[in-house]
Amino acid sequence: MRASLGKVSGYLLGFASLFLIWHAASTWLLNSVLFPPPGRVVAKALELAQEGVLGEQVAVSMMRIFTGFLGGTLIGIPVGLAIGSFTIVRRLLEPYTEFFRFIPATAMITVAVIWFGIGEGSKVFLIIYTTVFIIIINTAAGVASVAPNKIRAARSLGASRAQVFFFVALPATVPYILTGMRLAMANSFVTIIAAELVAANSGLGKMIWDSRMYMLVDQIFVALLVLGLLGFATDRLFRWGIYAFAGRFSPVT
Amino acid sequence: MQLANVSKVYRSLSGSDYEAVRDLSLDIDAGEFFCLLGTSGCGKTTVLNMVAGFEPVTSGDIRIAGTAIEGPGADRGVVFQGDDSLYSWLTALGNVEFGLRMRGVSRREREEKARHYLELVGLTGQEHKHPPELSGGMKQRIQIARVLANEPQMLLMDEPFAALDAHTRAAMQRELLSIWRATGKTVLFITHDIDEAIILATKIGVMHAGPASKIKGVVDVTLSESERDRTHDRFVGAYRQVHEMIRDEVAISLERAH
Repeated sequence: MRASLGKVSGYLLGFASLFLIWHAASTWLLNSVLFPPPGRVVAKALELAQEGVLGEQVAVSMMRIFTGFLGGTLIGIPVGLAIGSFTIVRRLLEPYTEFFRFIPATAMITVAVIWFGIGEGSKVFLIIYTTVFIIIINTAAGVASVAPNKIRAARSLGASRAQVFFFVALPATVPYILTGMRLAMANSFVTIIAAELVAANSGLGKMIWDSRMYMLVDQIFVALLVLGLLGFATDRLFRWGIYAFAGRFSPVT
Repeated sequence: MQLANVSKVYRSLSGSDYEAVRDLSLDIDAGEFFCLLGTSGCGKTTVLNMVAGFEPVTSGDIRIAGTAIEGPGADRGVVFQGDDSLYSWLTALGNVEFGLRMRGVSRREREEKARHYLELVGLTGQEHKHPPELSGGMKQRIQIARVLANEPQMLLMDEPFAALDAHTRAAMQRELLSIWRATGKTVLFITHDIDEAIILATKIGVMHAGPASKIKGVVDVTLSESERDRTHDRFVGAYRQVHEMIRDEVAISLERAH
């Protein structure tokens, strides 16, 4: 309890100093309309929130991330497990993973829009694309790094090959899968904003792009602030989830 | 258990062959505590891996009670040198129950058995801790309890105490002996430590230096409990006898390493 209190007060102090320095820089250092102080940004954010615009844009972007991330995870885990478990599957699929992971999702935006339109389809496709390879590679690496003695021990305790997979290889891989998911989540944020900047009718990225056209600098900063907070909150949620549901798989954290 | 003319050849990455064991023959009676003693690189772990069924023999055969072995089986429990065979996501109890769970024993029965064997190895009160929270000695105790709970006919132990400090090792040796006396299981115990072999064994098989190793000779060391003491005359006598056999092999293995 005391530890978590210390943690929270540490975060609060850290954020307070961030806003303080931002405030000082924008008020005294660079006094310009192009660099609004935090007070004005927060006021603008509250205004947009009251109008309902902010909540709507956040919901749209987060829904896209959530859907694509879920899809990418559900595809990535079984494929990664298969690649890690069977040499033949690895040989067959490695060309795909090793080829596509070097084509960034942002490079696929135009193709995605041509194929799936400017709406949700292209965004969800891009998030799946940006998450799936990271999760595949991490999962496969996890399976490959299970200590051989863990498997030998299970076999000589009477476990069948299927039991070795479900009761040894799979749980031993869980920390790798969770790490892959965390990295994939960070990638999703990058990709969704890039996609919405270039081609979208809604979302936080679109909000930034529109604000630029009308020189609404405050509004751009609102989007940036919200992005930072959302990312921070999502990652904390993830870490908390890892700790609460899978802490026993990696008791070091 | 019987090993008849067993050979093992490994193929290296460069394609050249390495013969670890050649024409090795060995008989171990039921209930025996057999220590396989040899210098490093003599192929003693290879022998254990073949008996465990982890690696196939290149030629020859290994029989237990007349039946040739085919891969790993629950009749031969293995205790490994390091702790990387333990399941860090399971508690001590979960680790000890593992074999019984895989073989479909009911929850109540397997928990009862696991608790019994945890008590036998002196881990009562640690049931709900995970392996990373326990010391090296405790982790080896979990391994021993895990194997015993599965009730195999044979225990195969690959230098299980090598990574422990001297005091813990001595304590573990005493406990293993009393467990062996209580359960009467056949044990194949790999070690490079002459003292350890004499303290534990009823018979010691000394191996030639590798490669292409085999058994150089078998020494009978049936010492009573009070004689299993480094200062006792019979202990010293056995030590001389074993040391005489292994001395040349140590020199050969050192020479080959250079």
